[in-house]
Amino acid sequence: MRKILFFLTFALMVLATWMTLFYAPTEVVMGHVQRIFYFHMGTVWAATVAFTVVFVASIYYLVKETAKWDTLAYCSAEIGMLLLTLTIITGSIWAKPVWGTWWTWDPQLTTTFILWVLYAVYLVLRSGAGGRGKKARYSAIFAIIAYVDLPVVYVSARVKRGISPVVFGPGGGGIDPAMMHTLLVTLLGFTLLFVLLLGERRRIMNMENALYARGGRGG
Amino acid sequence: MKKILLIFRKDFLVEWRSKQIFPTMFVFSLLLLLIFNVAFEFRSDINFRTVSAVVWITFIFSGLLALGRSFSLEKENNAFAFLLLTPVSRSYIYLGKLLSNVVMVLLSELFILPLFLLFFLFDAKGIPLSLTGAILPFLGVVVLGTIGFVSLGTFFSSMALNTKLRDMMLPLLVFPLIIPVVITSVGICSSILEGRPFGYYAFSLQVLVSFDIIFILLCSILFEYLIEDSGD
Repeated sequence: MRKILFFLTFALMVLATWMTLFYAPTEVVMGHVQRIFYFHMGTVWAATVAFTVVFVASIYYLVKETAKWDTLAYCSAEIGMLLLTLTIITGSIWAKPVWGTWWTWDPQLTTTFILWVLYAVYLVLRSGAGGRGKKARYSAIFAIIAYVDLPVVYVSARVKRGISPVVFGPGGGGIDPAMMHTLLVTLLGFTLLFVLLLGERRRIMNMENALYARGGRGG
Repeated sequence: MKKILLIFRKDFLVEWRSKQIFPTMFVFSLLLLLIFNVAFEFRSDINFRTVSAVVWITFIFSGLLALGRSFSLEKENNAFAFLLLTPVSRSYIYLGKLLSNVVMVLLSELFILPLFLLFFLFDAKGIPLSLTGAILPFLGVVVLGTIGFVSLGTFFSSMALNTKLRDMMLPLLVFPLIIPVVITSVGICSSILEGRPFGYYAFSLQVLVSFDIIFILLCSILFEYLIEDSGD
């Protein structure tokens, strides 16, 4: 199962890279730099999935109090941080030629920035909470509140007008079918990548815990 | 409701007699105002946006300082363990503490506001200083914003105190979460000072009120999980 997942993810990511570079047509206004958009969307999508997993696993942990939910939440938060950092970096690379600036405080960027800070605090809280049970409970509570906080941050930041593109939903422009295919493959690829990484991270975490329980190093 | 008021009364009396939080907060706020004034060199070219930001930064920093105290008092002599022994639901304990914290923070803010007017707005022209036009709405926003950041501050002060980092942890936990309060409160306050009509900031006001309701509810539910075993 692990091997199948690995090869599937690998194949999809290679395909996504190829499609991004060669299959998708060049955007008329933005040119080649627009191609980074596919990986930008891929990472932000997978990060959203990751933080949703943290949220759900945290609720399960508070209700059931079994360590496996805590492990799941923690591993997912770590990978989510990685993906979100990549989102911000790819977004900046895209924004510089298109908007003429690396960063601007529009609602989406503000929310993304706060999202990043919130999960950074989540990881700090885990390292500084104390005993294992307390660590798990406190971080679960914080994760739930943080997840609920985000939509409110977004809505309150929208008081100012935004410039991030709205691709889907009302106001979104038409999109070339080839671009759509590329986007879908990239999204799927990053979803699988997230699942793969999550599985591996959990395996390592469980090994660490087992070692720790046996009195070895780690934990 | 009666239980909430009892806890409120207890906390308020403790503060009233010991007078620890209130003077600290007041002097701390004064110092912050002084620092802002020196740093910005405010003269007659007053920018209402900056002034509103200064007010809220002062309120939030001094308020969190006080909240950090509110649970560490309970730690002394293990008072919190006894509070938990009382036949009261934990949500009520949270709500009682929230009420007493809001009242204490609001009281000190009320003392700071006139001084702030004196320091920053004394030579500003064209502020609509009518009672119904500016002062009452301004105070209303102060109350709503204070409820907003104190609701999360009260909740997390009890968490932060039990972590290894203690007081260091509280601002880390609270600051990113109360961003909506900062955005809306500062926005509304500067709109009021600029004399804008109600419709201009109605949306922000809705967001602020929703924030208060959402987080008071969420925190009172989660408070049961926060202090599950009274020992740690």
